[in-house]
Amino acid sequence: MNLLQSVKMAWKSIAGAKIRSFLTMLGIIIGVSSVITLVSVGQGTTSQITDQLEGLGTDLLTVNIMGRGSSTSLSYDEAMALGDTKGVKAVSPIISGSVTAKNGTTNDTLSIEGIAPSYEEVQDFHVQAGRYILDMDNEFRMKVALIGTEAASTFFGTDNPVGQKIQLNGSSFTIVGLLESKGSSLTASNDNKLLIPIATAERFLQSRGVRSITVQVQDTKEIDTVKTSLEAALDKKFQNADNAYSIFNSQEMLDTLNSTTQMLSLALGGIAGISLLVGGIGIMNIMLVSVSERTREIGVRKAIGAKKRDILMQFMVESTALSGFGGLIGIAMGYGASALIGHYSSLTTTVSFPIVLIAFGFSLFIGIVFGMIPANKAAKLRPIYALRTE
Amino acid sequence: MTMATPPLIDVHNLGHGYRMAGEMMTVLSEISFQIGHGEFVAIIGPSGSGKSTLMNMLGCLDVANEGAYLLDGQDVRKLSDNKLATIRNEKIGFIFQQFNLLPKLTAYENVELPLIYRNVPHKERRKSVEESLSLVGLIDRMHHRPSELSGGQQQRVAIARAIAGAPPMLLADEPTGALDSRTGVEVMDKMKELNARGHTIIVITHDLSIAEQAKRVIRIQDGRIVEDRRNPE
Repeated sequence: MNLLQSVKMAWKSIAGAKIRSFLTMLGIIIGVSSVITLVSVGQGTTSQITDQLEGLGTDLLTVNIMGRGSSTSLSYDEAMALGDTKGVKAVSPIISGSVTAKNGTTNDTLSIEGIAPSYEEVQDFHVQAGRYILDMDNEFRMKVALIGTEAASTFFGTDNPVGQKIQLNGSSFTIVGLLESKGSSLTASNDNKLLIPIATAERFLQSRGVRSITVQVQDTKEIDTVKTSLEAALDKKFQNADNAYSIFNSQEMLDTLNSTTQMLSLALGGIAGISLLVGGIGIMNIMLVSVSERTREIGVRKAIGAKKRDILMQFMVESTALSGFGGLIGIAMGYGASALIGHYSSLTTTVSFPIVLIAFGFSLFIGIVFGMIPANKAAKLRPIYALRTE
Repeated sequence: MTMATPPLIDVHNLGHGYRMAGEMMTVLSEISFQIGHGEFVAIIGPSGSGKSTLMNMLGCLDVANEGAYLLDGQDVRKLSDNKLATIRNEKIGFIFQQFNLLPKLTAYENVELPLIYRNVPHKERRKSVEESLSLVGLIDRMHHRPSELSGGQQQRVAIARAIAGAPPMLLADEPTGALDSRTGVEVMDKMKELNARGHTIIVITHDLSIAEQAKRVIRIQDGRIVEDRRNPE
């Protein structure tokens, strides 16, 4: 008997018990579609985060100061002095906090950053109207602010915010510039914040010294060398204390996040893979039931000349067809589900074709492996026993 | 039939038993007979006489513990399971008491099955299936499933399946056992007709009226042959 006949027989048997076949396939359908969907969510998120991190620039080092003993920060001048390190292009110290902003009856809590003029170049974040924070603003601790587009529309609607006053924790600040729209970064919206001179912020936020500094290097290739030089300078300042500071670059962060999300994808895929395995056990279970139910049929087939391998083939093809067909339906549902998730939620989904192939291959493999035991049981039945069974 | 042709079935000193609770239960002993081509033989005996076991042996569904069984000159006791399957496929057509048609297949597909296992090409298969279905008078019912056919019709489909592969021997186990007497007669008439066309037929039965319609009767009791006679024509 050839394969084509086995496939025909398997098809008749599957089509002859539609509800049972569908329920048997359900495990595989759910398994395959969840593998595809979950991994697509995982990979979509990864690529989204990667894009954002790459947008941050790979030529930046972020220095966070935890300090040692009573010196828990760097002074503004000490921070700016890091700019003299060889290979450093610019230094942008930042003091951040949050304020309650008020204009007329509009109230909102905004994040606020005290910055130096170098922030513009280092963060590649410019104004679309008005002017930037100047050195002079820092020198005189001017109460001026730059406003993000989202905050601007909250407080001033469609009016031009430049030149307007805004109350921050009760103090009146003049808005001198409207920032360009930059979208959300990893941590928060870039468009819903205020930038003020760092010297003003030190007073205003009652935060002495600088704890966060962004360092831009001249050449991305020298980023590790610059990092070592910065570490040497900071070690000297904090007398080699442990955990006094941390320096990381966005590339490292990218790698860390990548490995994290990779783990996430793997874990999601693994869980879905387990459901695929459970689906396979379901197939084996039904095939075993089917063999007992069809003992007499097997006997008849053997009596009229079916060889062991004919029976083996028939049941193997049947279980493989069940899992394969379930796999195909699962692929369709996986594509559909990830498209729906991508459309109706903020998650980005990317269906990866290799995962589709792997999931389908695995479902076929499961059909073969879990079909083996029932098929072998059927093939080994002795014809006189099988014919006697009612 | 000349003396030079070997008999279709040559059974010599066949013996068989089961081990049950440590004791040997002898089911068949010292069974010897020959059946030639074209014969119509009834094997009769009460239930428990061993006739079903004998049928399993003759049908190559089981292998005897002792003795020799030559089918068409071939010693089947030495064959592997796969070879036995081939013998069943090519040499024997089975007709069962419960018809044993596959319920999900149509009459046509049921009759086709032994030819599929023999790897007969599609066109030839179609020809043989249609020939045997018209021989049993069911060519117009070939796309019906067994559940859509009467008992007599089902048994005729089973007969068509048995003869589709043109085996030298038809082995019928109580072929009329599940039928009412009128359709039973129809089925027996069909068997006689097939015998007249040259098929060798062996009927296993406990029904004397069936046995009387055969040309030769072998009676079994307690696992031994107690009578082997020819019916008057």
